[in-house]
Amino acid sequence: MKIAVCVKRVPDTEARVKIGAGGKAVDEAGVKFVLNPYDEFAVEEALRRKEQAGTGEVVIVCLGPAAAQETIRTALAMGADRGVLLQADAIPADGFEVAKALAAELRPGGYDLILFGKMAVDDYNQQVGPMVAELLDLPCVTSIVHLDLTAGAGVAEREIEGGVEVVEFPLPAVLTAEKGLNEPRFPALKGIMAAKKKPLETKPVALGAGGVEVVALTTPAERTAGKIVGEGAAAVPELVRLLREEAKVI
Amino acid sequence: MSRVLAVCEQRDGVLRKVSHEVVTAARRLADALGGEVDALVLGAAAVRGTDVLGRYGADRVVTLTSAAFRRSAPEECAGTIAGRVQSGGYDTVLLAASATGKDLAPRVAAKLGVALAQDVTDATAESGVVTAVRPIYAGKVLLKVRLTARPAILAIRPSVFTPVERPRAGAAETAAVDVAAGRVVVREVKAAAAGTLDVGEASIVVSGGRGLKEPANFKLLEELAAAFGGVAAVGASRAVVDAGWRPHADQVGQTGKTVSPTLYIAVGISGAVQHLAGMRTSKVIVAINKDKDAPIFKLADYGIVGDLFEVVPKLAAEIKKVYG
Repeated sequence: MKIAVCVKRVPDTEARVKIGAGGKAVDEAGVKFVLNPYDEFAVEEALRRKEQAGTGEVVIVCLGPAAAQETIRTALAMGADRGVLLQADAIPADGFEVAKALAAELRPGGYDLILFGKMAVDDYNQQVGPMVAELLDLPCVTSIVHLDLTAGAGVAEREIEGGVEVVEFPLPAVLTAEKGLNEPRFPALKGIMAAKKKPLETKPVALGAGGVEVVALTTPAERTAGKIVGEGAAAVPELVRLLREEAKVI
Repeated sequence: MSRVLAVCEQRDGVLRKVSHEVVTAARRLADALGGEVDALVLGAAAVRGTDVLGRYGADRVVTLTSAAFRRSAPEECAGTIAGRVQSGGYDTVLLAASATGKDLAPRVAAKLGVALAQDVTDATAESGVVTAVRPIYAGKVLLKVRLTARPAILAIRPSVFTPVERPRAGAAETAAVDVAAGRVVVREVKAAAAGTLDVGEASIVVSGGRGLKEPANFKLLEELAAAFGGVAAVGASRAVVDAGWRPHADQVGQTGKTVSPTLYIAVGISGAVQHLAGMRTSKVIVAINKDKDAPIFKLADYGIVGDLFEVVPKLAAEIKKVYG
């Protein structure tokens, strides 16, 4: 089973985000970067599938700056076999441009499965996986929380509002991982050492600007602290009165 | 003249409410661009509820029917929508950024070879170009973009665009369409327990965190939610989801759902940055916590400092009086 996992280098979710001087990008100074959390589920799933099949290869594909080599090494330390960095210093706001670059790399790869996280926690584009599937003309299931594979086909589950869809698809396919799909493993020291020796190829890519032009980044209006209505159960009637008469929400 | 397509959503032959929001946002864009709105509905047969779309500003309501649309059918729907966009000469296309729409929109955009603005919370047009605002970094930052490609495709976040009545003709057209069978087949939909609302869609959300002490105590929150008479859902913090107390579908925050209900009640949640990111756009926030210094109080409109095991049952009783 040959599996590609597309990953992204993103700021840690606990990081405070500061807007840069030009107002059109985030200030990356001093920010800790991590493997996108949803991509961890994708990497873990790929490793389990390879282990289950007993044979195969897990290839990590990442589009990003040179520093994203570190992100790929994290996935290699979890157990992936090799990495490909599609090196681009700036990632355009248009996810379709990213999808085109990834599809060009993946197309000749002969992968049985191509996995993504359901989205990156930085740009929230939530589109590159299914766009790659369209470009490669492969079936695609997004935001999966469960996966069963048999020879040449799979069944996945995805959450919808108020329920779960059970979805069948043939292989090869593109899947995007939602939290809950599995529990990603932590890289062990042995894995971290081994990852340093695994092949990591770097290929420069040229990306178009696409059809999304950044106008400005702003921070949302801060909510201001309201009032402490009171202490304990005795404050409840006053809270209910305020919700009815002042806030008018009940 | 601009032509705006509002792609509506139905389930089991009934139009979903988010469609009113899609048509509302489409009408607003069409007015700014100087154009008309066509609402598009894909269903196995006629879909109930489409007759109100004219009220929200649809000039035409086009229902395309095929047995393929009985359940959600991503490939069949994406192909049909993309075909309709091309044949109809639409310059702007709106979908809902619901579970189904977030999956469909990238497929449609890729088929048409253009960009997509996903999960949009504001959309306008300036000198003929659509601009969209999208929360990024879990809402810590707002990104404003111009969509320069044609057609411009946007998926709008549910519960943000309040439906506004701006009546148009809403002329109904129905046509059966031939659809090639897709490779991806929804075999079954396992419905959540009857009466449970999705946290992303409920107008009132009651969320619990570690302060609940153990999973069984979420019963208190379920009773409080029930007191609102069927409009409230129970949410959860990442800590309790990671601990396995509640399903991931209920998680509010950066790696869970972003919610914007009318009323959000945070119970026993201290307010980690990633949680606040998922609920800060709620209209009114109430916090109940025993720690008066908990960060959640910094953005709550109303707070009660105290033991949730005393406050929540009392609140449920008082709410029941209001809704009873």
